[in-house]
Amino acid sequence: MGSLASLVLADARFPGGGHVHSGGLEEAVARGLLTGLDDLEPFLRGRLRTAGLVSAAFAAASAVRTADARVARAPVSAACATQAAVGGGRADAGAAQASTSAARATRAATWAELDAELDARTPSVAQRDASRAQGRGTLRAVRAAWPSPMIDELVAVHPRPHHPLLVGAVIGLSGGSAAEAAECVGYLAVSGPASAAVRLLGLDPFAVNAALVRLGPDLDDVVATAARAASGPPADLPAPSAPVLDLMAQAHVHHHREQVRLFVS
Amino acid sequence: MSAETGHGHNHLISFDPTETEPDHHHATPASNRAVRIGIGGPVGSGKTALVAALARSLAGRVRLAVVTNDIYTTEDADFLRRNAVLDADRVEAVQTGCCPHTAIRDDITANLDAIETLEERFGDLELVLVESGGDNLTAVFSRGLVDRQIFVVDVAGGDKVPRKGGPGVTTADLLVINKTDLAPLVGADLDVMRSDAHRMRGELPVIAQSLVDDPAASDVGAWVLAQVAAVAQPVR
Repeated sequence: MGSLASLVLADARFPGGGHVHSGGLEEAVARGLLTGLDDLEPFLRGRLRTAGLVSAAFAAASAVRTADARVARAPVSAACATQAAVGGGRADAGAAQASTSAARATRAATWAELDAELDARTPSVAQRDASRAQGRGTLRAVRAAWPSPMIDELVAVHPRPHHPLLVGAVIGLSGGSAAEAAECVGYLAVSGPASAAVRLLGLDPFAVNAALVRLGPDLDDVVATAARAASGPPADLPAPSAPVLDLMAQAHVHHHREQVRLFVS
Repeated sequence: MSAETGHGHNHLISFDPTETEPDHHHATPASNRAVRIGIGGPVGSGKTALVAALARSLAGRVRLAVVTNDIYTTEDADFLRRNAVLDADRVEAVQTGCCPHTAIRDDITANLDAIETLEERFGDLELVLVESGGDNLTAVFSRGLVDRQIFVVDVAGGDKVPRKGGPGVTTADLLVINKTDLAPLVGADLDVMRSDAHRMRGELPVIAQSLVDDPAASDVGAWVLAQVAAVAQPVR
């Protein structure tokens, strides 16, 4: 069930290394730009509508690809078995095999394209590193819980896959929809920073949770936009930018060398 | 002072929540990786000083590296590097997002990444010491992260600490009662601490030590070497 995969991946207790990332919130706090609840909600909304939308769109696109491959796979192998049973020629089996390897090559090219397009939408080196660090962390748990040759194909393109691509791939493989993948990743884009705010500023957790829930309509918009774009060409996926988040991500890494930073990003 | 072991009985299974028997289900190490030993305990109990002493005394005998999880992330790494205990590239610091216990127990990803980075950098590592950030008495390492763990408490933290228990005191593979030289100064009763520790830990070992009296941490070092040998070549 896609919904279980989606719930597990969005759970704060999921062991994928997400708890050490604040999505730029620690840097904003350290600079005095974010001091309390009043600042938190606009920060989260801005992040959801920029970095969150990009992540959600790529997760949705990834889910569509793995869901399609999962559906395509079953009839091909069934057809092969039928042909073998009725004494279908070697040539037919060969053709089926060729089409399978052609499909594999197409999928590899798609993963490479999605990976490159997401890189291109993430101008901050620190944010690219943070995405790949969470992808690598999540990969351990994915290999244990949802092993699949399709995950191997994604990892073959880059050993540290972007987090949204991996999460989307797992949800698609598990029978989930593009919208489910977008919702999961869009939610993660704000739930991590919200939790970091509780830890760094000692905010009232009930108030922070309520602020998260008030983002519901924004998340719905993000999910709808991501799901609409998911099946189209990767180059056409949404590309909103948030220069301040980019700059803070860079500053976070820079400052960690001089001052203390408790989060990786 | 040598390792003192209490007396206990092995049971196949126990549903008694107050059971203090050791965890017999140690993770089976992969044969091609370094043995991993976690060092945990409350803030200020002397974890970093113990790691530094072990690094110094074991450096010539075992190829080792260190991962630190201090809440101030680079503080311990800098200490180890500054004291020239280890080459800078043999120490990796982990940022734990304000949750040092999460990073060693519930979500060990950041620490596994650090260990694997060290293993990739040095292909022949035999031992990785993972020092947790200072935490409370309930913090223990996941068996998915380390093969063995040491819990460090100190006499200055009060002689009732072993009696308080908690999974660190009761289940760690080794309990170190540190800074014994301070006992008369802080009015701590070492004998009470030792007997409480044995009562709480059953057959698990306890070492009381002072790095002032023994800067090499000889007893703990010997225990660590024995674990490296035992884990690397498990007796089945």
